[in-house]
Amino acid sequence: MSELSAQFSKLARRQFLGSMALTGVGAAVACEEAFCGAGVDLPPLVDVNVNLFQWPYRRVSGDQTPILVETLRRHGVRQAWVGSFEALLHRDLGAVNRRLFEECQRFPGGLLVPFGTVNPKLPDWQEELRRIEEQYRMPGVRLFPDHHSYTLDDPDFVELLRLAASRKLIVQIVLMSEDERTVHPIVNVPQIDPKPLLAVVSKLPELRLVLLNPFRVASVSLLAELASAGNVYVDIAGLEGVGGLENLVKVFPAGRVLFGSYFPVFYFESAKLKLIESVLGAEISAGICAGNADRLLGKS
Amino acid sequence: MLFHTPYEIWDAHTHLSGVPGKTPEERLGNLLRYADRLGISRLCVFMGVRWSYEPTPEDFRQQNDDVLRAIAAYPDRAFGFVYLNPKQLDASLEELQRCVAQGPMVGIKLWVAEHCNAPSLDPIVRRAVSLNAVILQHTYLKKTGNLPFESTPMELAELAARHPDATFICAHSGGQWELGIRAIRKTPNVLIDLCGFDPTNGVTEMAVRELGPERIVFGSDAGGRSFASQLAKVLGAQISEDAKRLILAGNLKRVLQPILKAKGIACE
Repeated sequence: MSELSAQFSKLARRQFLGSMALTGVGAAVACEEAFCGAGVDLPPLVDVNVNLFQWPYRRVSGDQTPILVETLRRHGVRQAWVGSFEALLHRDLGAVNRRLFEECQRFPGGLLVPFGTVNPKLPDWQEELRRIEEQYRMPGVRLFPDHHSYTLDDPDFVELLRLAASRKLIVQIVLMSEDERTVHPIVNVPQIDPKPLLAVVSKLPELRLVLLNPFRVASVSLLAELASAGNVYVDIAGLEGVGGLENLVKVFPAGRVLFGSYFPVFYFESAKLKLIESVLGAEISAGICAGNADRLLGKS
Repeated sequence: MLFHTPYEIWDAHTHLSGVPGKTPEERLGNLLRYADRLGISRLCVFMGVRWSYEPTPEDFRQQNDDVLRAIAAYPDRAFGFVYLNPKQLDASLEELQRCVAQGPMVGIKLWVAEHCNAPSLDPIVRRAVSLNAVILQHTYLKKTGNLPFESTPMELAELAARHPDATFICAHSGGQWELGIRAIRKTPNVLIDLCGFDPTNGVTEMAVRELGPERIVFGSDAGGRSFASQLAKVLGAQISEDAKRLILAGNLKRVLQPILKAKGIACE
């Protein structure tokens, strides 16, 4: 046990273990060292919101895959659903998805699960979808409508959802890549309106849809409506407000909430500390940490 | 407390809004309940239950009364900053007298009522210096456009240069922190707080590199923001342990020390 772990008070440790022992859920810790050195039975996390390669607007720790992998492992992530930041601006998405696939293969153990990108406004985008499923055997796609400049009532986008559902691919939509107030001045990234999804998801009951970073563009009540209308999930990376998770699960089904960090653009610790800030109960915590994502992926 | 962190943590920037509770005391109690879970021991609190961009004297007195009630219930956990409107100069100076000189508050909060480089701020700053009160100024640089009188870090640097003996906190690092940090770099009497924007990887590393760890304070902007997301900016940063200790509590203690000492408030 490290020196830092010894700083855990015995009482706090008992409280923590007692609250989490039923499901093995360790929630999180208040610092990296406490995480790793405390000997707490950490939950294995499934992080559904990670991206490889470089964020176009700044270099960050974790934009090199070995460092990203080391960080995820250090934080107890057993599986990360990863997209590619190259997909934001590159138009040769065939090459982007191939590099994503190959990069994930470099790190054995199944930690990195690739989610390729399709842009439904590019010619013959259907071929990308076919390769993602048939050639790379990816479980899903990650869409960036803000950087690819389409709205969520665009017929091509709706067709993409229909085809993805028919191929049994999970669809992740990044509803916000960056706070619209702070984006680079030469980049005109529109804020995405998620309301059209209501009509779409109700017509596609087999669609499995994950909304990443939804909270700046969608109210929680709209998200709850979407969850009622279809098979819609959200991740917690962009969730704000004190006690945000506690508040969220009062109005949004806890079984549809997924752990997502948006690492490496966000500090990984942000998502993890939210599990401490809110008291959720062991069952809900276990679901958010990994169980809901496992179920969505068809593993349990 | 669920966790015992290896750090002492003071939060330079919290509010009573966005927190459940029927009374200011109840709201602060709830805020502290969440703070406890992350090992945050002290909160600086300002602005009341209902906000206004350009508060009348009655408005800001009411908001300060909310804060006075709240901190009176938790005197060992919370510090109050008085909320003022420089466009209401006489009333603001009276309020400064009521809440800081004669009351328990230890700092000043200025929001979006007036650009902070306006001359009307000068008498407020001079009085703050005489009271050893820290001035926390909201700053933002919004691509989508600032509010009509919303301040930028550049404007704060102007004000700070006119008052080298005053201590300022550049709230939110200007939002676009790569610009905000640069804007205040040459004005050593300005610290930045790290709150009120997404937990973007790299902000704290850049601030430490460009300003030094002594010019950064942790703040959360709770209840609108999550303690967790904002604390991650320090706990997740690739900086030294000493730097983390300064940012999480040491620097705020240092700048508050003179006024706390004058008021006989122990802070160790």
